[in-house]
Amino acid sequence: MSFGWTGALSQLLEIVLALALAPLLTGWVNQCRAWLQNRSAPPLLQPYYLLHKLFNKESVVAERASPLFRAAPYIVFGCMTLACSIIPTLSTDLPLTLAADAIALVGLFALARVFISLAAMDIGTSFGTLGARREMLIGFLAEPALLMVLFCASLISTSTSLATIVETLAHRELAIYPSLAFAGVAFTIVSLAENARVPVDNPATHLELTMVHEALILEYSGRHLALIEWAASLKLFAYSCAGLALFFPWGIAEAHAPLEMLLALPTLVLKLAIGGAALAMLETLSAKMRIFRVPEFLATAFLLAVIGLLVHILLGS
Amino acid sequence: MQTDPTQWLLLDWAMVLIGIWLAIGVAGVWALRRFALVSHVLFPLGGAVGLGLFALALAALFVPAQVAVLAIGLPTLPFHLRLDALSAFFLMVIGATVAGVSTFAAGYFRQGEGTPPGLMCLQYHVFLASMAGVVLADDAYAFMVLWETMALSSFFLVTSNHRVAEIRRAGYVYLLVAHVGAIGILMCFGVLQANTGDYSFANMRAQSLSPFWASVAFVLALFGFGAKAGLLPLHVWLPEAHPAAPSPVSALMSAVMLKTAIYGLLRVLFDLLSVQLWWWGVVLLAIGLASGLFGVVFAAVQSDMKRLLAYSSIENIGLLAAGIGLAVLFSAYGMKPLAALALTASLVHVASHALFKSLLFLSTGTVLHATGERSLGKLGGLMRAMPWVAWVTLVGVLASAGLPPTSGFVSEWLLLQSFLFTPGLPDPFLNMLIPVVAALIALVAALAGYTMVKFFGVIFLGQPREPRLMQAHDANAWQRRGMAWLLLGNVLLGLLPIQFIQLVDPVTRKLVGDGLGPTVAQHGWLLAPTALERASYGPVFFLLGVAACFALAFVLVRRLYHGRIRRAPPWDCGFPWQTARMQDTAEGFGQPIRQIFEPFFHMQRELPSPFDTQPRYKVVVEDHFWNALYWPIVDAVFRAARLVGLLQQGRIAVYLLFSFVTLVTILLLVRQ
Amino acid sequence: MTQLLGQFINLLGAVLLMLAFAMISQRRVLSLVHLFTLQGAVLVVATAVVGYATSQPHLFVSAALTLVLKVILIPHMLHRVIDRLEVRWDTEPLLNIPTTMLIGILLVIFAFNLGLPIARFSSTIARGTLGIALACVLLSFMMMITRAKAIPQVVGFLSMENGLFFAATSATYGMPMVVELGIALDVLIGVLILGVFMFQIREQFDSLDIRHLERLKED
Repeated sequence: MSFGWTGALSQLLEIVLALALAPLLTGWVNQCRAWLQNRSAPPLLQPYYLLHKLFNKESVVAERASPLFRAAPYIVFGCMTLACSIIPTLSTDLPLTLAADAIALVGLFALARVFISLAAMDIGTSFGTLGARREMLIGFLAEPALLMVLFCASLISTSTSLATIVETLAHRELAIYPSLAFAGVAFTIVSLAENARVPVDNPATHLELTMVHEALILEYSGRHLALIEWAASLKLFAYSCAGLALFFPWGIAEAHAPLEMLLALPTLVLKLAIGGAALAMLETLSAKMRIFRVPEFLATAFLLAVIGLLVHILLGS
Repeated sequence: MQTDPTQWLLLDWAMVLIGIWLAIGVAGVWALRRFALVSHVLFPLGGAVGLGLFALALAALFVPAQVAVLAIGLPTLPFHLRLDALSAFFLMVIGATVAGVSTFAAGYFRQGEGTPPGLMCLQYHVFLASMAGVVLADDAYAFMVLWETMALSSFFLVTSNHRVAEIRRAGYVYLLVAHVGAIGILMCFGVLQANTGDYSFANMRAQSLSPFWASVAFVLALFGFGAKAGLLPLHVWLPEAHPAAPSPVSALMSAVMLKTAIYGLLRVLFDLLSVQLWWWGVVLLAIGLASGLFGVVFAAVQSDMKRLLAYSSIENIGLLAAGIGLAVLFSAYGMKPLAALALTASLVHVASHALFKSLLFLSTGTVLHATGERSLGKLGGLMRAMPWVAWVTLVGVLASAGLPPTSGFVSEWLLLQSFLFTPGLPDPFLNMLIPVVAALIALVAALAGYTMVKFFGVIFLGQPREPRLMQAHDANAWQRRGMAWLLLGNVLLGLLPIQFIQLVDPVTRKLVGDGLGPTVAQHGWLLAPTALERASYGPVFFLLGVAACFALAFVLVRRLYHGRIRRAPPWDCGFPWQTARMQDTAEGFGQPIRQIFEPFFHMQRELPSPFDTQPRYKVVVEDHFWNALYWPIVDAVFRAARLVGLLQQGRIAVYLLFSFVTLVTILLLVRQ
Repeated sequence: MTQLLGQFINLLGAVLLMLAFAMISQRRVLSLVHLFTLQGAVLVVATAVVGYATSQPHLFVSAALTLVLKVILIPHMLHRVIDRLEVRWDTEPLLNIPTTMLIGILLVIFAFNLGLPIARFSSTIARGTLGIALACVLLSFMMMITRAKAIPQVVGFLSMENGLFFAATSATYGMPMVVELGIALDVLIGVLILGVFMFQIREQFDSLDIRHLERLKED
């Protein structure tokens, strides 16, 4: 995977695409949810209008906020952008995957989580610290579960580099991997938890006792809030693309065929649309869990991923 | 040792530097109460010596082993010293950490805290000299003498503030467990010398023990060195002794002294014993993981900042033991490159833990120095009063949580990489256990992140829980210099892991026969332990990527929109009163862990009822091991002592009878 | 083609294991019965595929029998019992759920370890799945032990039989027809008896909690 112009170009294209498409994905999921819940949906481009509005607004910061509070949105945004740029969406010819592999991807999500929790604790209100505690609670089980899911894929492709994993999985003759079935279920559970979706957290709630993600960002406004909302949609985009890359990798261009990217773009949009609709369906069918059922839920994901690894060793696939 | 200084070996220079430490200690006794002299001249001098030792050890990694014999010691067993790659690595870690901690200590100690400053200078520098000596010792006698000196001098350092009863008790427990461990180590050396009577390490290397005796030596070494390192179940002294000691001493104990135990384990396992068995690796893995999980779960529920860091040290030592166990397992099956990978991961973790843990302990030292508070329930909001310390601690906290691009992540990454290769083991049962082990390590790392967010958030962020915290002063010049050195070490280790692995390469080559150095050197700024397509990590690019996004976002937003900010009271959902007591406490932050991991703890709770006029909530979290293991042993010892005490009848006739019986027995025996 | 079918059977085995695991972590009795029905359906598909791949028509008869019994008849009976007894929730199980899942992992490792050498000697198309089937049996047995109400215990017993059936299919291409009919009849009678039993418990103690049975002990 040498560093060439095609590599740099596809990397840049992927970053720009992620930044542009992520709010669209969020908008699509909200639309599907509205349709399923029999109410009229906001326009598809609503998240973009929201970002534009928030950027225009003045940023109101608490008097006792420290520089960490003001720097955290930028750091979180940077982490999520980097995460999106190392997950193969259009092509596997990504030079940045040499700098960060699957384990570093999990580390990126953890870094973002730590900074947003610290920023929430910075103001010293009860909601911020409550949100920080809950976010770390969900995180400390979701992170190993995600790592185990990525390990399942790594064991099959004997590599932790995401580009190599996708190339190996896309290139085997049509084969069914039972360990990936376990990993898939575990990955779905982890994505629901990490992206603050029902049944773990309701993204549309503003009731104090049920907030997790909302409680963390309660004190932010203006451009800081805009960056955090954008980072949240980038996180959903990253998780969706990771899921597609691991479990449905067909259609992603290879390193020596840059023109395949033209075909890869509509394929990606189609896959994301189906994925978004499935997510909306899952959200509508589930009820939100009590906060202390969430560790059990995530522990199930963790243990399913470990069983996936064991099944791989037993069956050799 | 030749008389011409230009002909001296590196080992000779090392002995000179250690001698200078001893001389500084003696000078401290001579200037017993001259506070300024001791703290501003002698301690920084000790730090400079540490720096010299670091540079010397760096050079010594790449030369062949050097030996020396000193004329002190027993007539038939003088002190043998040896400077090989393993000793040089640990000497490097010791030197680098001591340089930072001694400089910090110059600005930390204050007058009138129990021990006169000159005496503390003596104890401190004897401690340093004995630690450096332990890693250089080449025979059992020198090793045990220096080990005991290390234990005794650190006992005196722990009980510096001996007017407090709790601290005296902590020191006593520490001394007790240290000596129980020392007996284990002594017996291990006894087994290793295999009845030849020659206790030098060179002789022990030449022996080849039967698997039974080698296993006995392994168990004794694990017991003995595990007691000093803080592995389960001999860890109970750590959470008592580390908080009781003054902060620079805690930093040294946690960062360096625990590593000498790891050094001892590596020396016995890979150097003195000629072969390793697979079940040793499994036992090490099991004990390491148990310690890791135990340590981090307990750290998450503490309300004393130094106790939290002490339990976190137990967790890190557990991870180290797990890495070494994996290396033993691979080595037992002859898979040398993988053993080298696992061992490299552990050695990188040794250096990284030494640097970030000492940094964290030193920052708790500045907080204690500025506020006088150790309890997390009385701290908070210190970022405003002590910004320098807060930002430096943030780097240490990120390293401790194992987040990229810090040094903590490098060791975790390498360890997880070595787990991914284990399906190549011949035994299918072990193959299946290994993913479970990797999962547990990932869980421990995630919980470490939880603990560190609690640590940093409760101390430095939020509102101050006591009004006088706002008058806290930031670190003074000496403290800053010490912490800056350690910060530099952390950052360099995180960003330049490839260069560091080249330093580790001679050590792994000596211990398991293979090293990662050549493979890693091929790819420039990317760390790829095997092939580039299989796994790679580039911390510099990582940091540049995040920084570039940060900078671009900042500039673009300001250019396209605006950068206006307005300060206002916090929103808090419109709630008008926000006192400091409304934010989460340390106990509150640990409550989910208490609930989820309930079987780990021995909790005593006092819960209020809704009808109390003055509700009271109290929870005490204790260690099961005290009730399950230690108190029963103490009771048994007391009972045995009481039985023996029956001999003390108090009547002269009975004592004369004892002498008479002894005389008659001896005469009978002589008659045979 | 045969390799693809073999992998498909492995996948079905993995789904079976996943369902057994999901049953352990379920609290609600209705979901438990639904999962059991799904497990029966997966078993039917697996038997049919093995029968197709190895051209053994008697396995199709097996599959049909399982369909009638395990997917239609027994769940229907269980639903009727649940309606009559008005059971909706289970109380907290005897061990909390995370501990149960941890023990489940250890049982899975144990079962896989047992299955591995046998799998090397077998020559059937689905030999890798013996370990999985053993794991299902052990997990269902554990579910029977750690539940406090009667219906989850019955479901555990039935799903244990599912696991045994899958083991027989994958290792030996099914049992002789006579044995199979005999087992099917045993299971049916067993469920009928357990149904009667549950009514009796309910009448005696006014609750389906089996811990009340301890009161019958002579002191």
